[in-house]
Parts: sequence; structure tokens; C-alpha cells
Amino acid sequence: MLAAILMYIKVFFVGGLICLIAELIEIKTKITPARILVIFLMVGAILGGFGIYNYLVEWAGAGATLPITGFGNSLARGAIEGATSNGLFGAIGGGLMATSAGVAVSIGLSYIVSFFVSSKTKKS
Amino acid sequence: MENKEQRNQEYLQFIEKQTPKTGWFNSLFHAFIVGGMICCMGQMFGDIIRSFYPNMDLLRVGAWINIIVITITILLTSFGVFDRIAKFGGAGTFIPISGFANSIASCAIEFKNEGLVFGIGSKMFFVAGPVLVNGVAYSIVVGLIYFLIGLF
Repeated sequence: MLAAILMYIKVFFVGGLICLIAELIEIKTKITPARILVIFLMVGAILGGFGIYNYLVEWAGAGATLPITGFGNSLARGAIEGATSNGLFGAIGGGLMATSAGVAVSIGLSYIVSFFVSSKTKKS
Repeated sequence: MENKEQRNQEYLQFIEKQTPKTGWFNSLFHAFIVGGMICCMGQMFGDIIRSFYPNMDLLRVGAWINIIVITITILLTSFGVFDRIAKFGGAGTFIPISGFANSIASCAIEFKNEGLVFGIGSKMFFVAGPVLVNGVAYSIVVGLIYFLIGLF
């Protein structure tokens, strides 16, 4: 029980800290959110490529996988695993394969939802 | 020419005066709380999945957590609730994967009037496109480097 609570505290702390750093960058340098997303993705992919990010994932679980750095990490991990198991084909396609489910769900569901919902900001 | 420069400066000062001063400590705190809470929620879903399928490996569990959080985010976006959370949470909502999903869903809803192909089809990736393009490019670079290392 205590271990579970400790785990959740770690998740909260790591996830919150990553968001806090992003917010700090946004406030101090006025970089647009899209650029911050790309920067964090790059950091995650680089750390994942060197295998450093995996220690963070083991330590903090969803606190490390849910932020966009975790997305970059799973892209890099997928490419590495593909390269070791499937050769050149895996090296090129592995990153997309590892993240394909999340991307597909966000595209497909957005597509469906956009048929039923119209933007509220334009009407008012 | 000089007049124009001066006017620009006055305009910038005006902008600085008009932008609301939400204390930056406050917004940092909000980002920390909201980001942490979203990640805790994800961890909770992971624990629930693992209690049903104890043999599932960590990567698969992580992918399922992403799918669940993305689904919830898109549903909240379509109900118009997510915008309020995003206004409060700032970076706490757009740095987790929820921001990626929200940007796709809100752009799809926003540009739906412009048609299926050039409205939804292309404007959907207005914010998410750069993320995907850069991410895929980095993953190919990493994969190729590992492939070349593996050759020797």
C-alpha cells in the first residue's frame, strides 16, 4: 500500500515538474506552445535514443510516459527495437509502429467527433 | 520613419500594459498541479489494466494509457469542457499527450466548415503536424544510427 502511494507521489512530481518547466519556458521566453511541444519531443527522442529516458520511465511510470517527452521516447525506443529485430525495415518503421495506436485513435476519433460537433466559438 | 518607430514602441508598451498580469508563480503552480493530476490519472488507468492483465508488458500498458487519455481528452474537447481546463492548466494540459489529442480534435471541429479534404483533412494537423513530422524524422534518424551500429 505504502509503495503504491509513493509511486503516485513520484508520478505526480515528475509529470508536474515536466509541465512546470514547459510553463516556465513559455512565460520567460514567450515561445509558442507548438514550438515547446516540438522542443520537448526532441529532448525526449534524444534521451530515449541514448536509453536514459527509460530509467525515468521505470522510476516514475505514467509521469514519464504521458508527457510529450514520453511520446518522443517511445518513437526512439520503437526505432531501436525495430532496428535490432527487423533490420533496416524496422529501423525506418519502428518508431511509427510503436506509437501508431495513439496517433490512429486521435485521428480517427477526432474525425468522427468533428461530424457531430460544430465549433461553439464562431456562433457566439 | 522615426515617427513610425516611436509609434511601434508606444504600441508595444500599450500591449504590455493591456495583457493581464496573472502572477507567473500562480500559473507555474497550476501547470504543476494539472500536469501531475493528468499523469496520476494515467497511472491509475495503468494500474487498473495491470490488475486485469498482469502479464502485459510495460510498453503495451503505456500505449493503452495513451489511448485512454486521448479518448477522454477528445470527448471532453467535443463537449467544450477541455478548453476551460486548458485555460486553467496552461502547459499542464498541453505537455501531456492530452494536448496533442486536443489540438487535433479542436482543429478538426474548428475547420469542419471548409470541407472534408482541405478543411478537416489538412487543418486537423495544424498544431499536431509539426510534432508528428519532427517525431517521425527523429525516430528514423535514431533507428538508422542503431542499424548502422549493429552492422559492425
